[in-house]
Amino acid sequence: MSLEITGITKSYGRFPALDDVSLLAEDGEFLALLGPSGSGKTTLLRVIAGLEIADGGAIHFSGEDLLATPVRQRRIGFVFQHYALFKHMTVTQNIAFGMKSKHRRERPSKAAISAKVEELLSLVQLDGLGGRYPSQLSGGQRQRVALARALAIEPKILLLDEPFGALDAKVRRGLRRWLRELHERTGLTTIFVTHDQEEALELADRVALLKDGKVEQIGTPEELYHDPASAFVFDFLGDSFQFPCEVKDGKALIAGQEVPILGSSPHVDGPATAYVRPDGFVVGAPDGPGFQARIRDVLLAGTDARLDCVLDDDGSIEVRVPHAIAEKLAPRNRISLAPREVRVWG
Amino acid sequence: MSGLAKSPARRDPPFLVAGLIAVAVAYLALVVFLPLVIVFVEALRKGVGDYLAGIGDAEALSAIKLTLLVAAIAVPLNTIFGLAAAWCVTKFDFKGKNLLVTLIDLPFSISPVISGLIYVLLYGANGWFGPWLQEHNIQIIFSVTGIVLATTLVTLPFVARELIPLMQAQGSDEEAAATTLGANGLRTFFLITLPNVKWALMYGVLLSTARAMGEFGAVSVVSGKIRGLTATMPLQVEILYNEYNFVAAFAVASLLALFALVTLAVKTLLEARFSDELAAQRWR
Repeated sequence: MSLEITGITKSYGRFPALDDVSLLAEDGEFLALLGPSGSGKTTLLRVIAGLEIADGGAIHFSGEDLLATPVRQRRIGFVFQHYALFKHMTVTQNIAFGMKSKHRRERPSKAAISAKVEELLSLVQLDGLGGRYPSQLSGGQRQRVALARALAIEPKILLLDEPFGALDAKVRRGLRRWLRELHERTGLTTIFVTHDQEEALELADRVALLKDGKVEQIGTPEELYHDPASAFVFDFLGDSFQFPCEVKDGKALIAGQEVPILGSSPHVDGPATAYVRPDGFVVGAPDGPGFQARIRDVLLAGTDARLDCVLDDDGSIEVRVPHAIAEKLAPRNRISLAPREVRVWG
Repeated sequence: MSGLAKSPARRDPPFLVAGLIAVAVAYLALVVFLPLVIVFVEALRKGVGDYLAGIGDAEALSAIKLTLLVAAIAVPLNTIFGLAAAWCVTKFDFKGKNLLVTLIDLPFSISPVISGLIYVLLYGANGWFGPWLQEHNIQIIFSVTGIVLATTLVTLPFVARELIPLMQAQGSDEEAAATTLGANGLRTFFLITLPNVKWALMYGVLLSTARAMGEFGAVSVVSGKIRGLTATMPLQVEILYNEYNFVAAFAVASLLALFALVTLAVKTLLEARFSDELAAQRWR
């Protein structure tokens, strides 16, 4: 029961939203479509659901041609970014809508429908709220109603469009864990769209990173994080600083210092750009190896302490260091910052 | 609101408050209320007997019947058209969409007299289709058909105009959701779209009913004002007025005004009755 997407293209006027996208979602997989806004991730999701029509390409679901199937027969559960709950219906009516929409021959009995609604309400932890209207629910509750409504049709695939986009950070984290558990319990092939790299890396079995309508890289969160295929991937998955450098004999020459290069891709000798994460620096005494800098501020709140530094060579960076080191430093101190290791792209 | 008014920083000088209220009330009284009162005063000037005689007159009764008939045809037609047009404009993207929206607005911007004249030029004895229609013994101008056509044209934008902005704001996510859940087009329309727009729809229908009953310009051109046959209430009022039969003229006019007031009262009542639901609808 795998979902196979091959060569999907779609453009709005002259703007190409999807450019030859191919993907494979394994049975029961939890796949994230990650990318900045305008990368085509939502368009791809809507194409799978049939809410947008692709210009070319094919989508097969366990051998069956999905694009030839009418939307309402695809049995794809779709959860919209803004929930799209039916506001004039109660929670119960919302959840029952899909079952009641079935053809008379396949429609479950009234008792079966209400039993199923109760079951779903408890699955999404909304027992007893069936009589409420969507306007009487919180954002997180609305989101769970939308999910229950999509699950009620016993979908073959579940698609979630920015499922936590409209929620505040705390509710979002709670729902994220809950969604992961739910996926483990239902075992449903699930694809969700997000622009939040943290969410994608935490939730998904595999992540497909999209850029300008193309798949930039697809792999497990570990693969993407530790072996990014391009500067874009590296930059998108976390903060990073860029420095000009010189590659020579497999090492990068930065600020007069030789730094080891990470990653498996081969490097050509010559000028390049080095990428470093905020926690990739060693703080040293003034005039030590690396960049010379002056501390503008020491920020001690958070898991890591942060140093806001002004580089002598122009520009400012905020590096992450252990609290033990930061506590010994104060604004206006001079330090040196040496990159521990770098990634290099032309 | 009362909390704001009590705040000294927000308190306006009393003379300003009183002055503004007085201006608003005087304006409303002069422009809306007084004329409305005059209609009823003039109608009842010679007593209830004459008033009832004015309304009960055979010609007046025929005018009332005709007016209701025209509204009963034109309003449902434009309700269906308005729904279809709003659905088409808001749920689909196509070339010429702006042109369609402008066309829908056209009856608002052209004078009703011109709307009437267009029909005479098209369907009148000397009009484009006149000879063909005569050959087939179909009369449009100077008949009920013409009046219905003219009224339909004039009241065409009301329902669509009420629905389009609302449906644009609502987007089509709920319809898309219904479709992914397996609902067919009809089910989606009746269970999702219609309930979401019912208030705007009702408002559009009420407005177009009021306008359909009160339309004068377009109807006066196409009707020929044949007494007892093609005279609607507004035309009947004019005929009576021109004959110096003021009591009868105002009696019919008062009835027309009453229809309008009832329409507004129905709307207000419904709004009060379903205020909770209205508030819930506003959430998105």
